[in-house]
Amino acid sequence: MALVGVLALQGDFEAHARVLAGLGAQAQVVREPADLDRLDALVIPGGESTTMTLGIEREGLAEPLRDLVRAGTPTLGTCAGLIMLDRDHLDVLDIRARRNAFGRQVSSFEEELELPLGGERSERVRAVFIRAPWVEEHGGEVEVLASVGERPVAVRQEDVLAVAFHTEITGEDRLHRWLLERAAARADAPGATTGTAATRELA
Amino acid sequence: MRDVATHRVKTGLAEMLKGGVIMDVVTADQARVAEAAGAVAVMALERVPADIRSAGGVARMSDPSMIEAIKEAVTIPVMAKARIGHFVEAQLLETLEVDYIDESEVLTPADEANHIDKWAFKVPFVCGATNLGEALRRIGEGAAMIRTKGEAGTGNVVEAVRHMRAIHGEIRRLGGLDDAELYKSAKELAAPLDLVREIAQSGKLPVVNFSAGGIATPADAALMMQLGAEGLFVGSGIFKSEDPDRTAAAIVEATTNFDKPERVAGASRGLGAAMAGLEISSLAGPNGDGLLQHRGW
Repeated sequence: MALVGVLALQGDFEAHARVLAGLGAQAQVVREPADLDRLDALVIPGGESTTMTLGIEREGLAEPLRDLVRAGTPTLGTCAGLIMLDRDHLDVLDIRARRNAFGRQVSSFEEELELPLGGERSERVRAVFIRAPWVEEHGGEVEVLASVGERPVAVRQEDVLAVAFHTEITGEDRLHRWLLERAAARADAPGATTGTAATRELA
Repeated sequence: MRDVATHRVKTGLAEMLKGGVIMDVVTADQARVAEAAGAVAVMALERVPADIRSAGGVARMSDPSMIEAIKEAVTIPVMAKARIGHFVEAQLLETLEVDYIDESEVLTPADEANHIDKWAFKVPFVCGATNLGEALRRIGEGAAMIRTKGEAGTGNVVEAVRHMRAIHGEIRRLGGLDDAELYKSAKELAAPLDLVREIAQSGKLPVVNFSAGGIATPADAALMMQLGAEGLFVGSGIFKSEDPDRTAAAIVEATTNFDKPERVAGASRGLGAAMAGLEISSLAGPNGDGLLQHRGW
């Protein structure tokens, strides 16, 4: 069973844990550096990005999280999670996010988006944007998977997927399935030294 | 196609606030202190509940210019209070684009029979409740988030505990009932039957439930989280304490680490005096009129 860390300082971490449990993965609540041991994948949930930034500093999580993602651990960030991954925060994704870019709560919205994640998956997802950011700038290594108007709202760089919206509160599980598939592929790769034995077996 | 103000968008913001602390503030400076301490949102109001309580008179929605100043000062969500049943105050708050409206018993009620029809608004509402029936009536009226009422402005956590335990106890009881018994429970709770059925099945409220009213220390915060609160509102407890900056940060730290007593102890160390606090029995008149929690029904 894949072990997926879900950063749980604040935000909708339980919604992510529920989706992961539904896919047969084990969610590990992450509140301190020791919780990052032996993870196959990582989720940074939605929440308040200022609160989350302060919490990451207070708990000494910035370096360990950065190391984990830079080591190639498949990672999914949603909304505040996208912000945490950007150049100004953990700096593991070559983007600069603009916070609350779509406006205040009265401007929050949901809509159908095409989100090409590969494989057999249908590409349409119901995306819920809540005081959402967008990607203001991105480097050449970053693939834009979806935009609203001209604004990128879903990006991928290697095995780091960041979206400005929430699918975890709609019952949608395709983003998490992508994450688990990447974790399994990595565990299966020749010379794989990280990840749990269980993930390697599953793969 | 873009859909705004769906129930999912409204309840979704509360999902994002989970595990966090929402702090009462009366000035832009206090809002900045709250944000720097790690608050997930601020509640903009004219006076904190302890001062409303001591000043007496009619407590109303805040001056729009004060709410606007607080919106300018911080980037976290800004909430504001409307009187129970005062749908025009709510309309004004919607034009001010606050992120949540609290239909609050801390202000003087404007309607003694009806709460606001919250489905009619684009801005989501949070409402207080002392028990499950009250919570479900508010959700039926469109509330996208619930907070247990506690007793605001007292610095005494006893009522917050009573209300949280009441709601969870009633939810657990519903889980053991059959369909026929659920009709009767819905009648007794004076709550919508579909919500009663849903809760009997799921074992939890369909919206996020925070705790409010009387939380004054990091230990109070951890207590409410261990009792099942999904986050906290702290009113007078911060800016009526001796050292608001540190008290605010300590309550945030204790809320995140609520299940680690050594962390809560660390956060509690050397904070200076908490707000003085009031014994509940000293407030209640013969009919319990001294208690804000009895406003709303």
